Amino acid sequence: MIRKNFYFLFVLVSSIMASYSSFSASSKINYPEQNWSFSGLFGIFDKSSAQRGFQVYREVCSGCHGMRLMSYRNLSALGYNENELKALAAQFEVKDGPNDDGEFFTRPGRPSDKFVSPYENENAGRAANGGAYPPDLSLIVKARPDGANYLHALLIGYEEAPKGVKVPDGMYYNKYYSGNLIAMPQPLYEDGVDYFDGTKASEKQMAKDVTAFLAWAAEPEMEERKKLGVTVVLFLFIFSLLAYFSMKQVWAPVKRKI
Amino acid sequence: MTEKKFKNPIINWIDYRLPVFTFLNHELNEYPTPKNLNYFWNFGSLAGIALVIMIITGIVLSMNYTAHVDHAFDSVERIMRDVNHGWLMRYIHMNGASFFFIVVYIHIFRGLYYGSYKAPREILWILGVLILLLMMATAFMGYVLPWGQMSFWGATVITNLFSAIPLIGESIVTWLWGGFSVDNPTLNRFFSLHFLLPFLIVGVVILHLVALHRFGSNNPIGIDAKGKQDTLPFHPYYTIKDLFGLSVFLTIFAIAVFFFPNFMGHPDNYIPANPMQTPAHIVPEWYFLPFYAILRAIPDKLGGVLFMFGAIAVLFVLPWLDKSPVRSSQFRPFYKIFFWLLVVDCVVLGYLGAKPAEGIYVILSRLATAYYFFHFLIVLPLLPKLEKTRPLPVSISKPILSASTPASVFALREKK
Repeated sequence: MIRKNFYFLFVLVSSIMASYSSFSASSKINYPEQNWSFSGLFGIFDKSSAQRGFQVYREVCSGCHGMRLMSYRNLSALGYNENELKALAAQFEVKDGPNDDGEFFTRPGRPSDKFVSPYENENAGRAANGGAYPPDLSLIVKARPDGANYLHALLIGYEEAPKGVKVPDGMYYNKYYSGNLIAMPQPLYEDGVDYFDGTKASEKQMAKDVTAFLAWAAEPEMEERKKLGVTVVLFLFIFSLLAYFSMKQVWAPVKRKI
Repeated sequence: MTEKKFKNPIINWIDYRLPVFTFLNHELNEYPTPKNLNYFWNFGSLAGIALVIMIITGIVLSMNYTAHVDHAFDSVERIMRDVNHGWLMRYIHMNGASFFFIVVYIHIFRGLYYGSYKAPREILWILGVLILLLMMATAFMGYVLPWGQMSFWGATVITNLFSAIPLIGESIVTWLWGGFSVDNPTLNRFFSLHFLLPFLIVGVVILHLVALHRFGSNNPIGIDAKGKQDTLPFHPYYTIKDLFGLSVFLTIFAIAVFFFPNFMGHPDNYIPANPMQTPAHIVPEWYFLPFYAILRAIPDKLGGVLFMFGAIAVLFVLPWLDKSPVRSSQFRPFYKIFFWLLVVDCVVLGYLGAKPAEGIYVILSRLATAYYFFHFLIVLPLLPKLEKTRPLPVSISKPILSASTPASVFALREKK
């Protein structure tokens, strides 16, 4: 009975969890599942894919979407060396100041700078995009249920609106977007970027790469986390075994007397 | 003259003047504990350790957190990205809240199943309910601190509940907010209180332990220990058992922290708070869902608030609602059935709390809410009059001694 109770409670707790997580899933459309290198217990980021993804972000997305939580120096985790990062950051104009004369000025970017945002502020972003603010992408993969699959689906989900669906001016039809009408025009087209490593820039390839990049940007600590996790869980598991057998030994005389 | 209580003369010298070692020896070493406790008795010490984990990680986090509407979200992300092992501290703290509630809820249901709230442990139980209330307040305010969308809108919904109080409700809400909406003053006071309340919890936990050690732990058969043959010294028997329980708990906790850190969170809380944009569904953290379901089940705002707080208030008077002198459900065949019905009812309420308040969910919420109060207010007082309890064993060790093999210890207790 005691054991049964315990199983029951376990099932109980997990069903609470399941009901909770199924809530966020209840209203969503089914996205095509991708086989991400970073999913699973031991998944790691595919660095070359993420590097290509950064290229897509830089040449396509960053026209409208900022990533205000990222610094150029963070890209070293994707394999860029210091000189590359200095050169990369220097391509951007960063507003700084005030200087000793009280003036604000612009200077070339440094690796320690945050990614330069495309707009001065949210209102400027809205004004430039017909009232819709292009969301910041730093955390986008964590900020949507099933983020990576959702984002990937969204990027390849543009198609002709079905008959009878009226698409207002400045809106576009996307089969994976909630409500199907999205203010973002289709961002990715075949050969939209010229990949630095010669990979064929198909729409799907670009969607996958940029999602891999954004997944890394949302959870840059993931690889370290999982690696440490394996050590910690193994340690605790062995410790549990030791504690279990110690307990058995301590209790043995009592149990014998019974 | 100092008595020769301890071998070490320094300890002896100190203890004669400040008897901390006598105290520790008495409460943690010799402390007589029923010999038949099962693993459900692990959850008290687990809750205590969860509290310590929360306080330690919380203090570290507070060193890097900025309680200001313009900086709170970014300061949390800075912890996640730039502070050394900040992500670890934050994920432990974030998941620690959930695990604290899991442990405490199991602890509470253990008390319900084995009648641990009955005389002479009423105050022990009441202090426990008080801890639960403080925990809820702390967890609610803590969830506001990252200043994401759910933080902001959760705070707005819950603080607005107080506006249901007649006449002075609106003024109370303004007073709570420190302004006319959830804004910077609100965030500041929530941070302050979120830091303070855990230490109040520690205080109540100490009282909880003092009350516990007055009569000792209840046990699975719910009869008092009648002498040395029924108990074991706490150390080493229960220290090692608690250590084993703790290591299993930490293993499961670590799996969540390192591999599924956002499983129990809500994606919307990674979107910075935006007072101009309401999320599609505002849901509290899972541990509040049953109460949230009760709140929404009542069509009247004030009524909903009263019933929600009533769901906790009823626990305070539980020792006087359940009049049966028999503690453990092992000897109460009908109470046992009602206990499991209550468990199912709470799970159903939790499920409904996560669903939008519309259609069939509203009706089900009302039924489940009605059943919750039916259990405490009708079933428990009436049941002792109708239920024939099974005969109680003479003592904790008695049925054990009469059994032929050790393995039959549990079997005997299960005998119908």
